[in-house]
Amino acid sequence: MTFNIAIIDYGMGNLKSIYKCLIHLDIDAIITDKIKLILDSDGIILPGVGAFRDAMKNLKRKKLIRIIRQVVEEEKPFFGICLGLQLLHTKSYEMGETEGLDIIKGKVLAFNKSLVDKVPQIGWNNVRFEELDHYLVQGIPNNSFFYFVHSFYSNPDKKDYILGTTKYGEIEFCSIICKDNLIATQFHPEKSSKYGIQMFKNFIDFCKK
Amino acid sequence: MPLAKRIIPCLDVTEGKVVKGVKFIDLKVAGDAVELASYYDEQGADELVFLDITASSDKRRILIDLVERTGEQVFIPFTVGGGIRSINDIKEILRAGADKISLNTAAVENPTIIEEGAKKFGSQCIVTAIDAKRVYVDTSILPKDKNLIKNGNKFCWWEVYIHGGRTPTGKDAISWGEHVTSLGSGEILLTSMDCDGTKKGYDLELTKSFSERLDVPIIASGGAGNPQHIIEVFKFGKADAALAASIFHYNEYPIGVVKQECKKAGISMRL
Repeated sequence: MTFNIAIIDYGMGNLKSIYKCLIHLDIDAIITDKIKLILDSDGIILPGVGAFRDAMKNLKRKKLIRIIRQVVEEEKPFFGICLGLQLLHTKSYEMGETEGLDIIKGKVLAFNKSLVDKVPQIGWNNVRFEELDHYLVQGIPNNSFFYFVHSFYSNPDKKDYILGTTKYGEIEFCSIICKDNLIATQFHPEKSSKYGIQMFKNFIDFCKK
Repeated sequence: MPLAKRIIPCLDVTEGKVVKGVKFIDLKVAGDAVELASYYDEQGADELVFLDITASSDKRRILIDLVERTGEQVFIPFTVGGGIRSINDIKEILRAGADKISLNTAAVENPTIIEEGAKKFGSQCIVTAIDAKRVYVDTSILPKDKNLIKNGNKFCWWEVYIHGGRTPTGKDAISWGEHVTSLGSGEILLTSMDCDGTKKGYDLELTKSFSERLDVPIIASGGAGNPQHIIEVFKFGKADAALAASIFHYNEYPIGVVKQECKKAGISMRL
């Protein structure tokens, strides 16, 4: 079987831009909800744009919750993006309270409008890397700009899992999570021009190891 | 540094080609929209806007193809506007790879499209484009239902125009902006018809009025002739993003130069 990356399709958001970014890098990528294809891949991307509750419902309906927990447990390379980062947490406070995948102990909180300028945060913001020798950030200057679109942010219990932080208004939040072979970004690497592409390259190199 | 202010080149396209007499410096295929988009990405554009000026349904296939091809080579967010009339149009364009769509005439004629679009695809991808023109009024008969500003010893308000700036609607632009935001529009692309094409600078009062009244990002458009104008629209107009066409297309001021100038003026920029 040739090297490939599985982008998990659970009916949330535009998966195509991530797919096109990988194709641009000459990577065999598949958009799929098939458990076998996910398990057979060399790396997994969990994308997502939209509401947390709908996303959890869809994952449940497609029987993907257990699979995601399993592949993370087995330390298969895993990359969560935007909502795909938020879903990893214990729970989110978007529209009440919703249980997440509970892979990262912690909460997803709403931006407090009195502490930030506008909600959602839309645009390019800096990411400060907490660990400069991590594989994900190689070839990317510290404090580079990445493209964000979100109204909620990650607050993991264990600060050791924070690989990148971003300041929006008065709030400093976790914009990259890292736990063993799992990484996740609040921003969209597929929309972050050359440094976003570099991040995918770094992830793919890691998957190949 | 806070969230960076965005610089957005706008490409008027028809049948997949860029219109306006653009001088394509260093480009292999003159007029090819995807190639120009990719060039702007390399130059440091923060986002792109495609405006389909043919905007007829029989040409829709060509636009979809352009969106598909752009997504294969351009890795920054891009918005598509022009002739989008239905939820199905929105779905097609987003599915082809656009990050956002912009609504103008259709939003005025049928505002529920904003609400439905925002519910279905999220507010972040529904941009409302507002074409606004100043209306000066006599101080003796000030209209009560318009947002007036004082200009010297005169008063004026801004009227919304549709159909590519040909049809006045009688609507107050600021109230319209508030309304579309309440319906779920996530951003406003605000064009001053008075300034558009003049290269004498943006309508700073218009932009500032919107930025101060609305909670969503404001993309200022119309009038950019040099980097100083862009600095002004960020500093005094309080815009979140500045859109321009000709100064970039003719390479009078490359994007990199504009961004350096903005940064020197103390504006947060992605360089």
